[in-house]
Amino acid sequence: MFGRGLQTLSIASVVLVTGAFALVFLYAPNDADQGFVQKIFYLHVPLAIVALGGFVDGGVFAIQYLRTGDRGHDLRSYVAIHLSLILGLGVLATGSIWAKASWGAWWVWDEPTLVSFLIVFLLFACYQPLRFSIDDPERQARYAAVFAIIGGAFVPLNFLAVRLAESLIHPRVLSTTGGSMPGEMRLTFLVSTVAMVCLFVTLWKYELASKHASMRLRALKRALAGDDAAGPLARTAAPTQI
Amino acid sequence: MAGAAPTAEARAAEAPRDHAGGGFASAVSALVRKDLRLELRTRESVPAMFLFSLSTFVLFRFGLDRESLEGDLASGVLWVTLLFAAVLGMNRLFVAEREEGGFDAFLLAPVDRTSLFVAKAAVLFGFLVAVEVAAIPAFAVLLLGPSPFQALPGLLAILLLADVGIAVIGTLVGALAIQTRARDLIVPLISLPLVLPVVIAAGHATAPLFAEAGAEALPARWLGVLGLYDLVFGLLALAVFDFLLED
Amino acid sequence: MAPAIELSDVGRAYGERTALSGVTLTLEPGRTLAVFGANGAGKSTLLRILATLLRPHAGRARVLGRDLPQDGWAVRGRVGLLAHDPMLYRELSARENLRFHARLHGVDETRVEALLDQVGLRRRADEPVRMLSRGMTQRVAICRVSLHEPELLLLDEPLANLDPGAAEAVEPLIGRSAGPARVLISHDVEHGLAEADLVLGLKAGRPALLAPAASVTARDVRGLY
Repeated sequence: MFGRGLQTLSIASVVLVTGAFALVFLYAPNDADQGFVQKIFYLHVPLAIVALGGFVDGGVFAIQYLRTGDRGHDLRSYVAIHLSLILGLGVLATGSIWAKASWGAWWVWDEPTLVSFLIVFLLFACYQPLRFSIDDPERQARYAAVFAIIGGAFVPLNFLAVRLAESLIHPRVLSTTGGSMPGEMRLTFLVSTVAMVCLFVTLWKYELASKHASMRLRALKRALAGDDAAGPLARTAAPTQI
Repeated sequence: MAGAAPTAEARAAEAPRDHAGGGFASAVSALVRKDLRLELRTRESVPAMFLFSLSTFVLFRFGLDRESLEGDLASGVLWVTLLFAAVLGMNRLFVAEREEGGFDAFLLAPVDRTSLFVAKAAVLFGFLVAVEVAAIPAFAVLLLGPSPFQALPGLLAILLLADVGIAVIGTLVGALAIQTRARDLIVPLISLPLVLPVVIAAGHATAPLFAEAGAEALPARWLGVLGLYDLVFGLLALAVFDFLLED
Repeated sequence: MAPAIELSDVGRAYGERTALSGVTLTLEPGRTLAVFGANGAGKSTLLRILATLLRPHAGRARVLGRDLPQDGWAVRGRVGLLAHDPMLYRELSARENLRFHARLHGVDETRVEALLDQVGLRRRADEPVRMLSRGMTQRVAICRVSLHEPELLLLDEPLANLDPGAAEAVEPLIGRSAGPARVLISHDVEHGLAEADLVLGLKAGRPALLAPAASVTARDVRGLY
C-alpha cells in the first residue's frame, strides 16, 4: 500500500543528496564574512524547512483523519511528525554549531528563526508522550490528531510572534552575505533543499511501508493461529491498526 | 474488526438542530453556574493559584536577588508567574467531570457539545481574573518598583486579551490531558509552548508600562498580536473541541 | 409505532479486542430487555452504545426510530442512562445536582421537587451528595434518570444498595409500570427474569442466548456465567 515508487524515490534521493554534497563542497563559493563554516547553512536551512513542512504536513493529515476516519491518515500524520522531530534535532544541532563557529556561543537568542524552531520543537516533542499515555487506539489517534492540528496552526503564529519580538532590536546573525545570494549559492541551496525534501519523502514512505507490513503480519498471525498467537500488544505511541 | 473512526460529516450531522434541550446559552449558563458553585464550595482552584503566585513572587525576589523590579524584568516576572498559576487552574478544570461522571451526564444531554468548551473557557477566564485581582496588587506591593496606578488602564487591556488566549488554550489542553494517564505532566508540557506567543506579546506590551521613569505608552502592535492569537486559536478550538468528547 | 430498539449485527471493538459482536434484536416500546452475562461480557458496552455514548463499529443500530450514530443527537434527551457511576457532583447537594441536570435537559425545576418527594429525599436534599449513603445516592441517581421522562431507560443494576422500601418507592419511576421501554442489567437472575419480556445473554461479547423471557429458566441464565 505504501511501497509504490519507493525504489525510484530512493535512487532519486541518493542522486540528489550526492549532487548537493558535490555542489556544496566543490561549487559554492566560500562566504566572505564567515568562511568555510558558512556551508553548514546548506544543511541547516533545508533541514529546518523540511522539518517545519513535516510538522504542518502532520497537521494536514490529521485533518484528513478527522474528516474521513481513515486510520491510514493517522499513520501518515504520525510518521511525518516523528521524522520531523528527528530532523528537528538535526536543525538544533547544526544551528548550534553554526552559531558557535560564527558567533562564538553555542546558542544565540538573537536569531528569531532558530528560537521559534526551538519552541515548535518543544511543543511537538510532546506528541509521542501524549499518544503513549492514551490506551484506547481509536482515542489515541483522535487526540493525537487534535494535537497535531493545533501544533500545525501554531507554527506560523509562533514564528510571527518571535519575529516581531526580535526584529527591531537585533540584526540577523545567521544570514548569508548581507543582502542577496550570489547565483552559485542560490543554486546550491535550491538543490540541497530539493534533496532534503526527496530524502524526507523517501524515509517517510519507508517507515509507512514498514509499519504497515508489521500490522499486516500481526493481523495474519492472529487470523491464522487465533487471537493469542501474536502475543498481547504492548503499549505504544505508534498507530497499530489501519 | 478495526474500530472505524467516525467521519466529520457524521459528526456535523450529529449537532442538535431542533433539540428539546434548553438551548446553547442556557447550557453554557448552567455549566458555568455549576462550576462557580463548586469552586465556591470547595475553594480548590482560585486560592491555590493565588497562593502559588505569592510564593513565586518570593521565589523571584530571592532567585534574582532583587527587591525591586521595573520595565522588562518586572513584566517578565509577572507574566511567568501568572502563566504558572494558570497551569494550576488548567489541571483542575476538568477533574470534577472526569472523576464524578460529569462527561457522561453532559454527553447525554440534548445540547450542543461546544457549549462545554465555551463554559469551561469562561470559567478558566473567570478564575484567572479573580487571581489577578489579588495577585497584581500583591506584585505591586512586593516587587514592583514604579507606581502601578499609571500602568493600570493599559494593564487591564493586556490582561483581558491575554487571559482570553490562556483560557482558550487552557481549556483545550485540559480536555486533551484529562483522558490521558499522565495528566499533570501533559498539561504544562503542552500548554507552555502553546501559550508562549501570549507571554511574548503580553510581556512586551507590559514592559513600557512598568518603566522606572513612569508608565510609557502601550505599544498597540502587541495588542494586535494578542487579538490575532485569540481569534485564531478561539476558532480552532471551537472546530476541534467536539472531537475530544466523542467516542 | 417504531420499535424502541432495533439492532442488526451490532459490534464494537477496543483496539484488537472485540468487546461486542453480532448482536441482533428488536425491542418493542414499553417492553423490557434483560441482559445477562459475566463481567466483561459486553453488557456495559451495549448499554453505552444504546445511550449514544459509544459508536457501534459494525452493524446497524436504531434507537427510538433514529439511526446511530448519525442521528444520535435526536436520541439524546429521550434516553436515560443509569450506570454504576451516579453522575452526581459530590460537593453539590441532591437538589443542586438535579436542578443542574434539569437545566441541561430543558426540564422545569418543579419536577425536581416532585421527584425528590417521590423517593423520600426531601429532607436531605440540601446536603452534599458525599454525605448521603449509597442507597440514598442511588435514589438521587434514579431521580436524575427519570427527570426528563425518557422513552427508553437503560438501567445497570438499578436496585443495588436499595432497601425494600426504597425499591418500592422507585418502582413507578423505573419499574415495569413506569411505561418506557427498558434495558435492564441485573445480577439478580430471578429479579431480572421476572421483570423481562426479552432476555439476552452475552458471553465474551457474543450473544449466547436470545429468547422471550417466558421460555428462559434461571438455569439457562446461570449457564452464561
